[in-house]
Amino acid sequence: MKKRKSISYAKWGYIFLIPFFLVYAVFSFYPLISTFATSFMDITIDQGFISFSGAEEINNGFCGLRNYTEVFTGEIGRSFYNTAVMWLMGFVPQIIISLLLAAWFTDLRLRIKAQGFFKALIYLPNILMASAVSYLFYGLFSQGGGIWTIIKDLTGYEGVLLDSAWGARGIVALINFLLWYGNTTILLMAAIMGVDTSLYESAQIDGANSRHMFWKITMPLIRPILLYVLITSLIGGIQMYDVPTLLANSNGYPGQSLLTLVMQIQNRKDASPGLAAAICIVIFIVTAILGGIIFLATSDRSDRRFKKKSKNAAREAV
Amino acid sequence: MKLKRILAGTAAAVIAVTAFSGCGKGSSSSGDSSTGRDPSGAETPEQGKVLNIYCWNTEFQERFEKFYVPNADKSVYDGVKINWIQTTNEGNLYQTKLDEALKNQQTAVADDKIDIFLVEMDYAAKYVNSDVAVPLADLGITSDDLKNQYEYTKQTFTNPDGKQVATTWQATPGLYMYRADIAEEVLGTSDPDKVQEQISDLDKFTEVAAKMKEKGYYMVSGYDDMYRLFSNNVSAPWVTGNKITIDDQIARWIELTKEYSDKGYNHATSLWDDQWSADMKKDANVFGYFFSTWGIAFSLRDATVDQKIKDDGSNAKEGNGLYGQWRACPGPVSYSWGGTGIVACQGTDNEALIKDIMLKLTCDTEIMKSMTADETVQDYTNNKEAIKLLIDEGYTNPFLGGQNHLALLTEAAEKLDMSNKLSAYDQGLNEKLQSNMKLYFNGQKTYEEALKLFYSDIKSLYPNLTH
Amino acid sequence: MDEVSKARQSTGKGYLRAKRILAYTVLIILIVISLLPFYLLIMNATRGRVQAGVRWYPDVYLLDNIKNLFGPLTTTNYGSVFRALGNSLFVAACTCVLTVYFSALTAYAIHAYDFRFKRAAHTFILLIMMVPTQASAIGFYRFMNDIGLTDTYVPLIVPGIAAPATYFFMIQYMKSSLPLEIIEAARIDGCGEFKTFNRIIIPIMKPAFAVQAIFSFVASWNNFFMPQMILSTKDKYTIPMILAMMRSETRIDYGVINMYIVIAVIPVIIIYLFLSKFIIRGIALGSVKG
Repeated sequence: MKKRKSISYAKWGYIFLIPFFLVYAVFSFYPLISTFATSFMDITIDQGFISFSGAEEINNGFCGLRNYTEVFTGEIGRSFYNTAVMWLMGFVPQIIISLLLAAWFTDLRLRIKAQGFFKALIYLPNILMASAVSYLFYGLFSQGGGIWTIIKDLTGYEGVLLDSAWGARGIVALINFLLWYGNTTILLMAAIMGVDTSLYESAQIDGANSRHMFWKITMPLIRPILLYVLITSLIGGIQMYDVPTLLANSNGYPGQSLLTLVMQIQNRKDASPGLAAAICIVIFIVTAILGGIIFLATSDRSDRRFKKKSKNAAREAV
Repeated sequence: MKLKRILAGTAAAVIAVTAFSGCGKGSSSSGDSSTGRDPSGAETPEQGKVLNIYCWNTEFQERFEKFYVPNADKSVYDGVKINWIQTTNEGNLYQTKLDEALKNQQTAVADDKIDIFLVEMDYAAKYVNSDVAVPLADLGITSDDLKNQYEYTKQTFTNPDGKQVATTWQATPGLYMYRADIAEEVLGTSDPDKVQEQISDLDKFTEVAAKMKEKGYYMVSGYDDMYRLFSNNVSAPWVTGNKITIDDQIARWIELTKEYSDKGYNHATSLWDDQWSADMKKDANVFGYFFSTWGIAFSLRDATVDQKIKDDGSNAKEGNGLYGQWRACPGPVSYSWGGTGIVACQGTDNEALIKDIMLKLTCDTEIMKSMTADETVQDYTNNKEAIKLLIDEGYTNPFLGGQNHLALLTEAAEKLDMSNKLSAYDQGLNEKLQSNMKLYFNGQKTYEEALKLFYSDIKSLYPNLTH
Repeated sequence: MDEVSKARQSTGKGYLRAKRILAYTVLIILIVISLLPFYLLIMNATRGRVQAGVRWYPDVYLLDNIKNLFGPLTTTNYGSVFRALGNSLFVAACTCVLTVYFSALTAYAIHAYDFRFKRAAHTFILLIMMVPTQASAIGFYRFMNDIGLTDTYVPLIVPGIAAPATYFFMIQYMKSSLPLEIIEAARIDGCGEFKTFNRIIIPIMKPAFAVQAIFSFVASWNNFFMPQMILSTKDKYTIPMILAMMRSETRIDYGVINMYIVIAVIPVIIIYLFLSKFIIRGIALGSVKG
């Protein structure tokens, strides 16, 4: 089925790739290289000093891997933890609820009405700017705000969640969840609807209940989209920046507990460009490794399994 | 296909719209020349056609258009395009953009060069101590011109060579604003002089705070309300030669605020927060606020009324929230807060115009008097003579129940001494100290932990500083 | 109980109804939470300058805020609101079109053709996806500054041509919905490669286009970081930049700010609701297998 014609068409492959690679080379690759180069330099720019001579920049030249060691130790190292925690706190509920919703929406026997209406509404938060949502939630949870008042009335708890590390992280996770769960649900729905219904029918005849069908048929078959969701969410999570910054302040108040990796880059890029560049490269490597693991571990196998399953289903349906 | 067509059509329509709305919105207007002054007879080189002003909000633009343009010297002002380059102050963006532009200053085309940039007190030192600012004397402004300016503003803008390199139209001495109704209830009087006696120093202030607490009132609203009282009276700047030192005064602030927080003398809010603003309303329980000049006219007045003040000012009277119920007194310690400086940038090609702007807006008594008298502006101007004239004319402030708070401010302003108190790193240090000490005040962290976080935040902001 | 009766039980009417009630309850809770920010936003847009706490019902300043937003004071300070909307729309629309079209083209190149560096190119693009935008941001700005493209829309729009995440989606979609026979058939019919792409492939990709169009439009519309770095003339500012400027005023007028956000969100909502029909239809279309 994958037989190709003669090589003469191959050149079109190259031609169609040109726009992407050209633009990327100019606008991204070149700056990326310069960032990579900077990550090995020891540069400090005095933020309290300005002059035409540029004397505020103290460039000590090549410093090897020193910036990188600094990334993994102490304060910056902690940001890995913060980022991972906030991402998980948001993503785990997100994927569970999205799968649940997608399963319910596509379950023909369940017949959920007004699906278009629901779908349109759950996606809406994604459209709002992160700044607007963060600001609104800040107002709700801070002293005197709506949710703070409700919690006080219900439980008598007068503390401000935003002042405690886990409370603040929870709110960030909540906002991330709200912004993205609609998106995930719609994508998963697309995936589930792509599964051949005859598979379900034959399974039902064999006596499978809906739980069986979900785990043994649906889940494996929507693996490509599930993978897409996982990877893009992971990448987005590692690059988390807007919401924690806008909810608290640029230093991850309270007590640096919201301080993510990208916030570290933002905070340090003016004064320590070399260090900031090293953080960038580290983020890239970590993401690449994680993404690569997930991708390699599941994609090819699932491709093969998918083909086998559809062949089996086709054979059985006959 | 339809999808693409729709999108393409939308894009095309938008391009058309933006092309048509591209009609210039130049903010230079040809105002009245009736009150214009004659130019000084100095020889000026060929002047540029574009004046680039770097700022972070529209405050100066409003002053400029309302008070400078009608009084401008037409010979230097006409024909010049004013270009307002505004970058938000959030996340230090303003300084980042400004510094980038400064780096390009010497190679930039004349029309793109920075001509004027504004600075806030907290980071003024960075620019004042550098080689990018033009000394006022080089622009032709003499110390006689500046004679009415308050000493402390001149001090702030004087560089290590002893030359003043920036000027401001604002003086920002601070006062303690308190509620007359609560004063009557708890202290038995709301008369400013009598109240002042009871809070004339910090110990007495704390005693009154205890009294307030007994009756269920908070002395101040937020943790950081009193910060300036201490930071303005340090014996040395935050940073000397790249070493951070926590001055005794700052340590005292931490101590005092912790005491107030533990005893419930403050309402545990943070500056500019919703709750902090809400505490200015009638149904709140906060006795007073520390505000400097602009805070009174804007933050306090707008927050304390129930009905938003209409444009015609018709509901700006007693009965509208706490309007007329606030009084001012000097408070336990004299301090200043804020203020914007105007700096001429080296390499500018508009010296004559800049000189005129600076003279008119920061030295001219008549113009500055009208700035303070103007209802919507109420800037406490940096001109002793102008303020004196206003007081002599019998100035009263209806918002403060008829009190003449200008007299108080004058006294306070004279006392201020800002020499050897400012460093270029103040903005970051003040901010990070306040946000981290908040964790100590509300019991989340111990003092040592909060201090460690403070130094950690500073390390990422100013890696060249040590402690 | 044996398997069959267990199965029958799980499809029994009572079980279904209970599940349905659960589903609706969860949905309604989620909808309420999702709509909460919008609702509050609109409420805040009717409130005055100083907004303390939360207000669940409208205040009286709606008309005032609209008047102020389009009034002379705001216009002098921030430029015309229409202008900013136009700027944002222009940038977002152009970026969206470029991103979607060229990502599909690139995905098509990898999917439909066989050439030596195919696998490498694919892996490379996936690799780039991992790079955070912040990483190249500083170098990007310096570079744009050097070639004089700062304060123009070029650095905001043109990079949209190389969008790895969109490419990833497109190629996943193509893998499952684009059989190669169609291309073969087109070739036999004498259709040129480029024409094949434009006339035949694109219509098939419509649902994917719709989905990615929204994502990239919204991303560009809400983007603050890039425009803030590149633009310096107020007339060219996009909406998030104007909002940031409004927030750093000492005399913050929250009523106007919230009104501004509401107005900024409306075009996006309209476009979204307009396109959502495509998406839903597209999802249905995508379920038909070749």
